[in-house]
Amino acid sequence: MDFGPYLMLAIMEGALTAAVLALTASGLALVFGVMRVVNVAHGEFFMLGAVLAWWVSQLAGGSPVWGFLLALCVVPLLVGLLAAFVDMTILKRINYDPERTIVATIGILYILQQVTLMTYGPEARPVAPPFNARIALPWFEMSDGALQVYWPWGLSTTSYKLCVIGAACVVLLGLWALMTKTKLGLLMRATEQDREMALAFGIPVQRVYAIAFGLGAGLAALAAVLIVPIQQAHYLMGGDPLLLSFIVVIIGGLGSLPGAILAALLIGLSDGIISVFFSPTLAKIFATLLVAFVLVFRPNGLWGANNS
Amino acid sequence: MTTDLKKSVILHAGVVLALFVLQFVLPAYHHGNMARIMVLASYAIGYNLLFGYTGLLSLGHALFFAAGLYGAGLAMSQFGLSAGPALVVGVVAGVVIGAVVGGLALRTEGVAFMIVTLMFAQAGYLTILYFGAYTRGDEGFVIEQAERVLLGADLSDPLMRYFAAFSLFCAAIFTCFLAVKSRFGRVLVAIRENEERASMLGYDVAKYKLGAVVLSAGLSALAGAGYALLFGYVGASFASVQYSIFPLLWVLLGGAGTVLGPLVGTVFMFYLIDLSSGLTTAYMLIAGVALVVLTVFAPHGVMGEVRRRMWRWLP
Repeated sequence: MDFGPYLMLAIMEGALTAAVLALTASGLALVFGVMRVVNVAHGEFFMLGAVLAWWVSQLAGGSPVWGFLLALCVVPLLVGLLAAFVDMTILKRINYDPERTIVATIGILYILQQVTLMTYGPEARPVAPPFNARIALPWFEMSDGALQVYWPWGLSTTSYKLCVIGAACVVLLGLWALMTKTKLGLLMRATEQDREMALAFGIPVQRVYAIAFGLGAGLAALAAVLIVPIQQAHYLMGGDPLLLSFIVVIIGGLGSLPGAILAALLIGLSDGIISVFFSPTLAKIFATLLVAFVLVFRPNGLWGANNS
Repeated sequence: MTTDLKKSVILHAGVVLALFVLQFVLPAYHHGNMARIMVLASYAIGYNLLFGYTGLLSLGHALFFAAGLYGAGLAMSQFGLSAGPALVVGVVAGVVIGAVVGGLALRTEGVAFMIVTLMFAQAGYLTILYFGAYTRGDEGFVIEQAERVLLGADLSDPLMRYFAAFSLFCAAIFTCFLAVKSRFGRVLVAIRENEERASMLGYDVAKYKLGAVVLSAGLSALAGAGYALLFGYVGASFASVQYSIFPLLWVLLGGAGTVLGPLVGTVFMFYLIDLSSGLTTAYMLIAGVALVVLTVFAPHGVMGEVRRRMWRWLP
């Protein structure tokens, strides 16, 4: 394959990564924005989404379409409820102290991961995609002064991958509508701006926190259900989404939803492209160092106002 | 000498003496375990200097431990150094990396400090994997028994190994005790309690914090280098996030900001994980539950509670 089609393929894969990452990272950004705590167990909620999707689709049996649709509806709800429960039983008790919350969520990370290992086992298991038609992509090239169309071998995507990208866009639009157009969104934004003042105005801050934490985890689980027909479900799969979401949330400016989505696009696309052309380990080294240096030198994110 | 100081000197000397005597009564299996625990507890003591006394929570101490481990290990396997100089190389590597990481990470505070240290450690771990040709990545490499000789003592011999681990632990706990009782240590505690006030009183807070990071990194690297020499294995898993979480867990359990806390926490957690790994492969579950229970119910840890309820003089 020539360089052009190769790059095109990398961009297609990058767009898929970006779509899933935007969902996962917006969950993390929502939790950080509203509650001012860092949820280190976020990646495990993602993993739980994938594992539960496998479980639900096994239970449903029959055609993969129904199993998948059922998983799509039920799994984010289940994970969200679990996260809200964690919030009410653990995080509330330590009064959302930022440092202790990190330590506690590290503990939750290991609990979720290891319980999955004990019940689901160490195997990676696939979920059948509901539809998966191969779509070959054309490539245009100028030769002898005329535009030629041809179909390079290997330059293709699947209908399911395109559908994931579309679904991610729809969910993100829905999230935007929820935050800006509904009463719940208003309450969350009020809590985000000033917790004490929100309490003084009679906003049930505790319940808003539980909902925000559940919603954040639910978004991660939704992203996982969407990606699990492409990647398999495995108990250690939470590490990479956590790292990437961290990168995205920090570069996009801590707690800012639009910033996170923009950064997800940037990171997802560059991750796809860099991993195709360079060693993935090298790409990760640069990404982690980038996060560290952004936090050290631009603590409000690359686009945030620098008022430190 | 005040009575409080006398009491704490007697207590710590007693604990050290008990550890020394223990080697003559322990059965072989626990004998080996105790040697390992003393090395890991030295690592926890290094961690505690930063977390317990200075109030800086690092999530990247595996980087310093691994700096010592790989500094010593690679010096022996790649450059053919003998054990003594290799130990020095390991500690120097830890101190240098500590100074660089500390200099950068201390520009941030609180949650950002935790994430920056985590990211630096992660980058270090990935770097070890990337240079797999020399480090052999996850698989790691073994240091030959013939090379593990320090001052004429064969460190692979169980008795010698116990004694070496004991010496390492003594060095760590003595350093910690001295540091805590010194003017330097008191300033660190002042920074932990109220950084702005310490700075208002005229202390150069940034300098003291950097000093704490470097000292902590140096002790962690010493433990790492000791681990490489004593147990002859160097692997990337010691640089992973898990080994940054472990010292935090040990210190939290034993009691942050107490000299003996790291030892108590390490012994307790080591045996808890040792017992549970016999039952299930999911032994990290214990660590997770312990972290949650400790943060929610017992933020002071074992020795912290002892200090709060009985011995207020405990350093």
